[in-house]
Order: sequence, then structure tokens, then C-alpha cells
Amino acid sequence: MLPREGSPGAARMFSPPFAGALAGLVALAGVSVLVGVGVTPLALFTGEAGHGLLVLAASRIPRTLALVFAGLAMGVCAALMQMMFRNRFVEPTTAGTAQAATLGLLVATIAAPDWPPLAKMAVATAFALVATLLFLKIIARVAFRGAVLVPLVGLMLGGVIDALSVFIAYRYDLLQALGAWTTGNFSGVLRGRYELLWLTVVLAGIAYATADRFTAAGLGDAFATNLGLDYRRIVAMGLAIVALATAACIATAGTVPFLGLIVANLVALALGDNLRRTLPWIALSGAAFLLACDIVGRLVRYPYEIPVGTVAGVAGSALFLYLLLRRRLRLG
Amino acid sequence: MIKVANVSKSYGTTRVLDDVSLSLPKGGLTALIGPNGAGKSTLLSIMARLLSPDAGTVHVDGLDVFATPGAVLARRLAILKQNNQITPRLTVAELVAFGRFPYSRGRLTREDAERVSDAIAYVDLSAVQDRLIDELSGGQRQRAFIAMVLAQDPACLLLDEPLNNLDMKHAAAIMRLLRRAADDLGKTVVVVIHDINFASCHADRIVAMKEGRLILQEAPAAVMRPEVLRAVYDMDIAVHEIAGTRLAAYYR
Amino acid sequence: MAEAGHTRARNVLLLLGFVALLAMASFMTVGARGNWGFVLTLRGGKLAGLVLVGIAVAVSTVLFQTLTENRILTPAVMGFDALYVTLQTLAVFGLGGGAATALDPRLRFFAEAVLLTAAVLALFRWLFDGRRGLHLVVLSGLVFGVLCRGLANLLQRILDPNEFSVLQSMMFTRFNMVDTNLLPVAALIILAACVVAVRLVPVLDVLALGRDAAISLGVDHGRMVKLLIVLVALLVSVSTALVGPVMFFGLLVSNFAYIALGTDRHRYTLPAAALIAIACLAAGQTVLERVLGYDAALSVVIEFGGGIVFILLLLRGARA
Repeated sequence: MLPREGSPGAARMFSPPFAGALAGLVALAGVSVLVGVGVTPLALFTGEAGHGLLVLAASRIPRTLALVFAGLAMGVCAALMQMMFRNRFVEPTTAGTAQAATLGLLVATIAAPDWPPLAKMAVATAFALVATLLFLKIIARVAFRGAVLVPLVGLMLGGVIDALSVFIAYRYDLLQALGAWTTGNFSGVLRGRYELLWLTVVLAGIAYATADRFTAAGLGDAFATNLGLDYRRIVAMGLAIVALATAACIATAGTVPFLGLIVANLVALALGDNLRRTLPWIALSGAAFLLACDIVGRLVRYPYEIPVGTVAGVAGSALFLYLLLRRRLRLG
Repeated sequence: MIKVANVSKSYGTTRVLDDVSLSLPKGGLTALIGPNGAGKSTLLSIMARLLSPDAGTVHVDGLDVFATPGAVLARRLAILKQNNQITPRLTVAELVAFGRFPYSRGRLTREDAERVSDAIAYVDLSAVQDRLIDELSGGQRQRAFIAMVLAQDPACLLLDEPLNNLDMKHAAAIMRLLRRAADDLGKTVVVVIHDINFASCHADRIVAMKEGRLILQEAPAAVMRPEVLRAVYDMDIAVHEIAGTRLAAYYR
Repeated sequence: MAEAGHTRARNVLLLLGFVALLAMASFMTVGARGNWGFVLTLRGGKLAGLVLVGIAVAVSTVLFQTLTENRILTPAVMGFDALYVTLQTLAVFGLGGGAATALDPRLRFFAEAVLLTAAVLALFRWLFDGRRGLHLVVLSGLVFGVLCRGLANLLQRILDPNEFSVLQSMMFTRFNMVDTNLLPVAALIILAACVVAVRLVPVLDVLALGRDAAISLGVDHGRMVKLLIVLVALLVSVSTALVGPVMFFGLLVSNFAYIALGTDRHRYTLPAAALIAIACLAAGQTVLERVLGYDAALSVVIEFGGGIVFILLLLRGARA
């Protein structure tokens, strides 16, 4: 067991910069709550007969919370996966995890339409786990593990799973539902329909509590074992966290490609790879990124909304490209 | 024959070649030696117009290699590099036939066909000429590529580390082959080579490079001396004369 | 002498030709009812579209793979199809929806094809100028494709927040709904591109030896690359305009052709890939649409199979 109290990051969690960033997130969340169709910011509080407050409680606040939770979860998932796969370009959408969770939701919807959301999410989690394990197996069979080969295979695996989903959805006339899961969109989030996402907060908490183990796993099988850690158990726990959180996000609001990957990489560039220190930053940045994209999506074609998945997809893939091609610039 | 004048090349802030000038006469075998990163391969690539320099000129037979049409130059100059990652599925005869491309643009005449089979015979591969390249041994494959450039019939042959991944027997065979090409066919051969003993045994002159500069151009006997080798490689190398050839013992 | 070893390749080509003919015949006839004249005209138009798309995809992929000296990069993997769709959307965005639809579709198509060619030329130089590894280039291409699709999606939604379906049909492959308006133009472009490609066959074989060897043999490599990129961009424009983006189809047909032939000579690989493509599209549409009644399934099946083949190719390459 690694010393937990003594780890240098612990004390810094509430360092002035982090507190500042947290304040920024809160401000962003405030904007997110106030922006929207139908009710002006002022009327939210002064409006006639509590209508404003109703909107606030039933739709605006749940939506903002859902965005924060989903963004946080995506960042944390990507960070954990990058440690477990020891590769900077792995995250749920580049490892088949997200696509398999979607397939799981689809299958559950077809096979057991009456099941409660939690049960469907459990099915999605199982699918996500299986796919991620399959991905691990495939990657393990490659002798030469080029840093870029891993996400390449993962993206392809995701593509194959996606094709399967489209085929099934097409047969059962569920393309619309599939579209909702594959494109992140928080406009439908209401009180009573996002609470699954609280789970991600718990999962992020677990990840943070065990962050040192993941950092050790990131240094390799031998390194972790050398410290007396059970490498396989760490990976198993990490995969479970990732699969659950991913399934919860997709079931509630859909997929947002590359968000976690970007956030985890940018934070690692600035602060390094000690998860104990970086995980809070990653969680916070993920939430902020998603909130910002959602606000943009709501404002850019006001009064219409553009799904956050579309906005974040563009921003995320552009940043991903930058991360990929940046290395050459450094070489000159 | 080959005239390199004031060639410089940088990658970013790294200067790979620094104002290199070199003049090689017609005929003979020249070995280009030097430690890793000295710029040997870069110089060879620039001489063969595979890379363009930041400054300087290269003339072959009086032709500016960067201004002369590729097809014209291909009859005077050929380069063989070792980075063929994928060899297309070709038989030896098909590969060697590519050497006639500068002349017939892919449609072989009877004369071309004769040249091709002569080249194959010259490197002693007639028995396997209908086998696929990737079924051959390393030494045979190297000879097949050399046959291709022989069929191309240029006055100048540039080879970048042709002995890589070859065992002693095949390496010596390739060097003898190149020597013969210089002697019997009158080719000007330039070889980048790591093993200075091969250079000593087979070359007419040795050009040594270090840190992007040309530091000497001499006959083997003048280069194969401890103080000279020390200047090139920064290590103490004993030189022994065995059967009239100077050999360096650098293994300890 | 060089011809002797190619009996297998020639037999394979003959067989593929026969299979393609059979597939086309069944496409024209299976499940047809009523007025034959009408059926044959209707299906003839569709079949012509499929044949053109097959040739465009196959030829552009083989040319692109020779150009980039590998077997897993295709124009579609590099995101060129998606880029075309993005440019289409951008054109509508820049002109305004009304003006864009008022334009003659053929004129629009030409403008978009020119745009794509220019964009691809710029992109190619930027991406292939240095020593980026193959995997990095492929991954960048895939992510670039995601970016392009995302941008097209975003622009579409900004343009017209309610019209969701237009966008859907633009982003998905639709082998069952070939845009027959463009057929004559498409046929002309493909014919021209194929004539050029056929004349280049000996040079293509030299290019397959690699850049250094090609230059040493006197090929003007830089000029050839530009010419081939233009051909590829034109062919991609044609196929994307006709049926939308096709992700893995080119990868499948080119690799099947390489495996089946046992030689990499372009005089065999180009026609073989085209015949395989035509056979797959015609037979696939016949079986899936007419026999099984799944109208839009062929593209999904190709995506599925293509993804698996792609992974296998990646893993095989990585192990070697």
C-alpha cells in the first residue's frame, strides 16, 4: 500500500489555483443555469407565481448538474484508462467502451423494454466491460505496441460495434434512440431523469481515494507488483469504474467523443502524471469543458439548441488532432 | 564526375551537413565513412536528388542534379537505399526489368530484355530469376537490387549501407561485386559503409565525415592509421597490416 | 519473360469479370415484376451508378495506396469523403441555402470537386511532408474525419435547426439511392481519370518500389504525387456525390485484390479491385435489398466487415 497521507498532491487539492479554478467552474455553472429559452435570467427569480423557480428546479439545475457530473466522469474515466492501458490516447470512445455501452442499451431496450433505467444501465455496463476486456486482449497480442496503434485499433473496434448497433437499430426501427445515445445532448435532462449520474460522483470519489494505485499501475505491471500491489485487481477495479460511469453518462445524455482524452492530456501536460494530484483538476476541467460547450451550443443558434455532443465533438476532435500532430512541431 | 559544392542541410536547429564540398573523379570505388550522425546518408541522398539541400549544388557529369529532368539523370546516376520496408511482390526478373524504366518507360524492347538477363547473370542470380524477391535470402535480395541498378546502366552508382543485415560471406560477396562493377564496367561507385575494414580492402579512396563536415579524402593506406581513425571516431583503434591490407581492430 | 508468372493473375481477372457480370445480371433481373422495359430502365440507372461508384472507389484507393506506399491508408480513412461533405455544407453555408439549391447541380458538383482537390492537395503536403509514422497518419486521418463530420453536422444545424433529415441523408452512405442526375458527369470524370491511370500503369509500378527507388529510376516524384492526388480527389468527389461517404469499402476491395492476384502489378490490381467493387455492390444490393428486404444495410455490412479487416491488417502489420 502506498502512503496516502504523505503524498504531496493531497495537500494541494485546495491550493489557491485549484480554489480559483473551482470558483471559475461555479461561475460557469451559474451561467449554464441562467442561459436558456423561455425564461429570461431575471424572470427565473422574480417571475410570476414561482414559474421561474419551477423551471430552475425541474430543468435548469438538473441540466447543469448533469453536465458537471458527466464532464467529470468522462475526464476521470479517460485518466484511469490512460493509466491502465499506459497510453495517452485511450479513453472510452477510443477503446470500444462507449460504443459497447450503447449497444448494450440498445439490446436491453429491445429485449426488455420494461426494465427500469438502472437495469438497462447494468446491461450497458456489462457490454462495456466485455468490449474493453476484448480490447485489452487484442492489444496484448500485439508485440510491437506503437503508441498510436492502440487508439487506432480501439477506434476501429468501436466502429465495428457501432456498425452492429446501426444494423440492429435499423431492423427494430430504433435509429432515433440510437442517435440520442451516440450524440451527447442534455436538453432533455429533467429532474427525475438524470439521477443516475450521481453515481459518477461516487465513482470519481473512489477513483480519487485509490488514485495512487492507478498511478503505480501506469508505471507498469512490474512496478505495481514490486510495490506489493495486485496489478490485475487494480485493472479490474479501474475497468469496472470506467464501464459503470460510461454507461451512466450514455444512458442519461449520450456520448461525447474525445472529451476525456483531451482533458486528461492537457492536465498531464501541465501537471504531470501523478493522479492523486491531477485527478481533481481533470474532473474539474472535464466538467468545465462540457459546460462551456453546452453553453455555446445553446447560444450559437439561439433560440434553437445545438447538442453539446456536436459542439464538443468538433472542439474535441480538433484538440485531439492538435495533440497528435503537436509532437512534430516540437521536433522542429 | 561528381562535384558537390558548399552543400548545407539542417533539420530545425540541427545542422546535418555544414558546407560540404567534395569532388570525385570518374571511376573507382569511394567509401564514405564516419560515426553515426556524421551526415553520410544525408550527403548521399542529396547527391542522388532524394533530398534537396538548403544551400549548395551537386553536379554529376556536369549536370546539375536538381535542374536536370529525372529521366535524363536516371541514365547517369542511380541510388540504392536500404529502407525498402515493403518489397512489392515481384520476381527477380521483374525487379531487374525496372532498371530499364529510364530507357523504355515500362515497355521492354529486345535490347532491354538482353540487358536485364545480362545484369541478372552478372550478379549470379539466373537460377532464381523467376522467384519472388521476398523468397530470397538477404544476400540474394541485395544482389537483385544491385542487378536492377546495373541494368539501369548509370555511370554512377550510390549505395547507402549495402552491407546492412548481411553475414560475412554475403557482405564480402557484395563488396567484390561492387569492385568488379568499378573495374570491369568502369562505374563510379560510392558506398556508405560502417565497417572500415571493408573500406580498406575494397575502396580506392575513403572520404571521412564527422559532425556534418568532410574531414578527409585519402587513399585507404593514408586513412587506416590510428591517429587518423582517432580523429574520425574519437576512439583508439589499433591498425595491423595483414597480407598487404591495413585492418583496424576496434572490437575491444 | 515477365509475363510467364502472371497466368494466375490473368485467370483471377477473368473469374472476377465473370462474377461481376453475374452480379450485374442478377441486379437487373432478380425479383423484377411488371413492365420489363420500365424495370430495366430504372434498374439500369441504379446499376450504372453502382458501377461508377465501384470503379471510383477501387481506383482511387489503389492509386492512393501506391502513392503512400502502404496497404491500410485509403482516401476514406484519411477523411477525404467527410471533407467533401463538409465542403458541400460550407458551400451551402457561404452561399446561403437558396442560392446553393438554385445552382445547377452539375455546376455545384464541379465547384465542390475543385474545392476538394485544392483542399486535399494542401492537406496532403502538410500531412506527408515529414517523417510521421504510418499509424500516426492513419489516426490523424480518422480523427480528421470525425472533425469533418462534426463540422458538417454543426454547420447543418446552424443553417437549419429543424431539418434534421437532410443532414442524416448526407452523412450516411446510400447505395440504394444513387443520385442519377449526376451520372453523365460522373461517368465522364471517371472515364477521364481511368484513361490517365491506365497510361500511368508502368509509372505506378515504379512508384510502388518506393519514393527513393522511383526517383533513382528517373520518375518526377513530386509531379506524379500531385497528379495522383488530383485524380484521387476527383474520384472521391464523384463517389461521395453519388452515394455519400463510404468508409471502408476501398480498403476491402483493394486488399482483396492484392490477396487474390498474387502480384502487385497495377495492370492487374486496378481492374481487379474495380471488378471486386462492382461485384460486391451489385450482389450486395441484390441480396440485401431484394432478397432479404433490408434496404439500407449494405453500407453497414461493409462498415462492419471493413472494420474487422482493418484491425486484422493493423495487427498483422504490427506483428511483422
